Amino acid sequence: MLNLELNEGQLLLRESVDRFVEREYNFERHRRSVADDGGFSRSVWKEFAELGWLGVGLESEFGGARDVAILMEGLGRGLVVEPFLPSIVMAAKAIAIAGGGDEGSEIIDRVTAGDHLLSFAFAEPRSRYHIDHVTTRATRSGDGWILNGRKSLVFNGDTADSLVVAARTSGSARDRDGLSLFLVDGEGDGVSRRAYPTNDSRRAADIDFHDAPGRLLGMPGEAHDVVSEVVDRAAAAVCAESLGLMSRLNDLTVDYSKTREQFGQPIGRFQVLQHRMVDMFVALEESRSMTTVYMGDVDASDATERQKAVSAMKVQCDKAGRLVGQEAVQLHGGIAMTQDYEAGHHFKRLSVIHRLFGDIDWHLNRFASL
Amino acid sequence: MQMTFTAADEAFREELRNFIERECDPGSRERVGKGLGLGKEDYVDWHRKLATKGWSCPHWPVEHGGCDWTPVRHYIFEEETGEACCPPPVPFGPEMVAPVVWTFGTREQQQQHLPPILAGDLWWAQGYSEPNSGSDLASLKTAARLDGDHYIVNGTKTWTTMAHYADWIFLLVRTSSEGKKQEGITFLLVDMTSPGITIHPIITMEGGHEVNQVVFDDVHVPAANRIGEENRGWTYAKFLLGYERFNMAGVPQAKRQMKRLRHIAGDQGIDSDPGFRARMADAEIQIMALESTMLRLLSSVAAGKDPGSEASYIKIRGTEIDQLMTELAMEAAGPYVLPYAPRALEEGWNEEPLGPEYAAPVAPDYFNTRKVTIYGGSNEIQKNIIAKHVLGL
Repeated sequence: MLNLELNEGQLLLRESVDRFVEREYNFERHRRSVADDGGFSRSVWKEFAELGWLGVGLESEFGGARDVAILMEGLGRGLVVEPFLPSIVMAAKAIAIAGGGDEGSEIIDRVTAGDHLLSFAFAEPRSRYHIDHVTTRATRSGDGWILNGRKSLVFNGDTADSLVVAARTSGSARDRDGLSLFLVDGEGDGVSRRAYPTNDSRRAADIDFHDAPGRLLGMPGEAHDVVSEVVDRAAAAVCAESLGLMSRLNDLTVDYSKTREQFGQPIGRFQVLQHRMVDMFVALEESRSMTTVYMGDVDASDATERQKAVSAMKVQCDKAGRLVGQEAVQLHGGIAMTQDYEAGHHFKRLSVIHRLFGDIDWHLNRFASL
Repeated sequence: MQMTFTAADEAFREELRNFIERECDPGSRERVGKGLGLGKEDYVDWHRKLATKGWSCPHWPVEHGGCDWTPVRHYIFEEETGEACCPPPVPFGPEMVAPVVWTFGTREQQQQHLPPILAGDLWWAQGYSEPNSGSDLASLKTAARLDGDHYIVNGTKTWTTMAHYADWIFLLVRTSSEGKKQEGITFLLVDMTSPGITIHPIITMEGGHEVNQVVFDDVHVPAANRIGEENRGWTYAKFLLGYERFNMAGVPQAKRQMKRLRHIAGDQGIDSDPGFRARMADAEIQIMALESTMLRLLSSVAAGKDPGSEASYIKIRGTEIDQLMTELAMEAAGPYVLPYAPRALEEGWNEEPLGPEYAAPVAPDYFNTRKVTIYGGSNEIQKNIIAKHVLGL
């Protein structure tokens, strides 16, 4: 018997994130976080830790992709910019999968307590969506390793205390074998970070490593599977986030169409606009169906099963996000073009999500090849 | 393409090319080519250069300073200036208010306003939309009350493009609330230095400042600055909208975007991807269809016929293609659209770019271009007009 219902714990988790966004994270709060040092609020992050959210996806009780999705959907709805995705979904998970020994466990404990921030440095200036396109090299030096190369688009990489870095210990760019993961001190020797805001009001960094010392996580040369799983998990997480973004945009659009009057009536009375809002509704609901049914497959031990589910969800959610985002702006009209109105910001985040962890073309190709 | 150019046309093309090479600021051209924004000086400088040659407002009637060109010449002019990445014409003065002035204005108004527009000495803005009057423009409420030989204007205009550059603004104001809403509207020309005008910048979602809210608080406007008759402004406004049709297509711009797209796709290694190649080809064919419509229009005008229904959808297709091109650029640049680098869009930026050199304007362009199906009569309104006036529904 198919059971897609949330269990009691998951219902509580959903309630807690919905309540947080509803009561504490309105658009003004979002803007304050964006304007804060490092582009997010440390006190909000601490609150996440107190709510127990920073262990979601990592600890046994809320360790699954569906748990992560519940949280991400709520955070998406509130346009929450605090670095849950890079720090928890990606970097901490990478340490947990790769196996970081005692030091790894200790770091994860500090991360879930909200005392330590991580980011995951996998992309490079020429890697596009290929996770194996890694030219950053790690070589042995005494007992340890040193890294050389450049990573780009490291989300919140400017404020991360430690970085989980994909580097090559053998082979050349695009080889599947020879990838390894390293833990590198964000403030350590040989690490220079060029930080910048991103087009969705978040922050990222390009990071240069010059003989930067790193600690190997797991076995050398065998990190491909870890990186692949982490990037898939991140893709699944932003699918869930996009549900939250879309639901907020649909609500804003329907509400606005009921209050904005032109030609002597609310514009929501015009049939041509009604049909388009119905299309937006259908796009969201179809995406919700897909993620409800397939999110669990992200935890599958079989990589093909996981990849198939992730690619299907990403294509569905990106297509829906494109439609909902563009139509929300169009149906609002000029007001949604402005920086002071919320909808444009949701649209921008959806547009960025489309270009993260593989776009529609990339996932269609992967899906077709599986 | 079945288009024949005479030797004289080819000579004109040569002369134009030489003129562009000699006179058009290379910095401006480079910025247009890279899809970066232009400052007031870029526009004004090129307009003034063209004016020295008598080419600043080629569409105008000859007696007011326009060019006695065949449609083929106009086509060559647009093609060459587009291809060479010259700053695009700013429509508000030359293409919007000027035809109203020479058609409905007094001799004095023509003498006062047309020469500075032709010369590029005065910048105009368009004061149409209001916070509560967008698609339903005729419901506008900015009021003008006649007091002796002046109108006293009060109200708020919004989405006013480049009002912060403007020396003058043409306004639709309400002078009567009797009868149909279209019947109480008057067309005024207003000096932007008049006391009581305040400009509030509106920052658009990508972070740019093009549009403004313009507030009028007891602004005194000489009655002599009224176009035509009081309460007949809607007629003049509609006339103006009809005049815009030649300039909404953006074919040269779309071709330029196509060129940039190929460059980005090549650098990202997706120009060999069959799916993406097909979409680029599809976009190129859409541009060809739009250009074919423009040529059909030019040809019928040249044959002395009134433009037919093919003119009605130019704004719809032109803006859809504009959005398509910015979206394809997003896809091509992929994850490298992420960094937000507003300073990289400004003049004089010479730091190391974040990621590929073409990346910085791609996302802001995509975001900003969502406006084109909203402004100038949203595409939904355009379809209403076609349904009513072309299909007779």
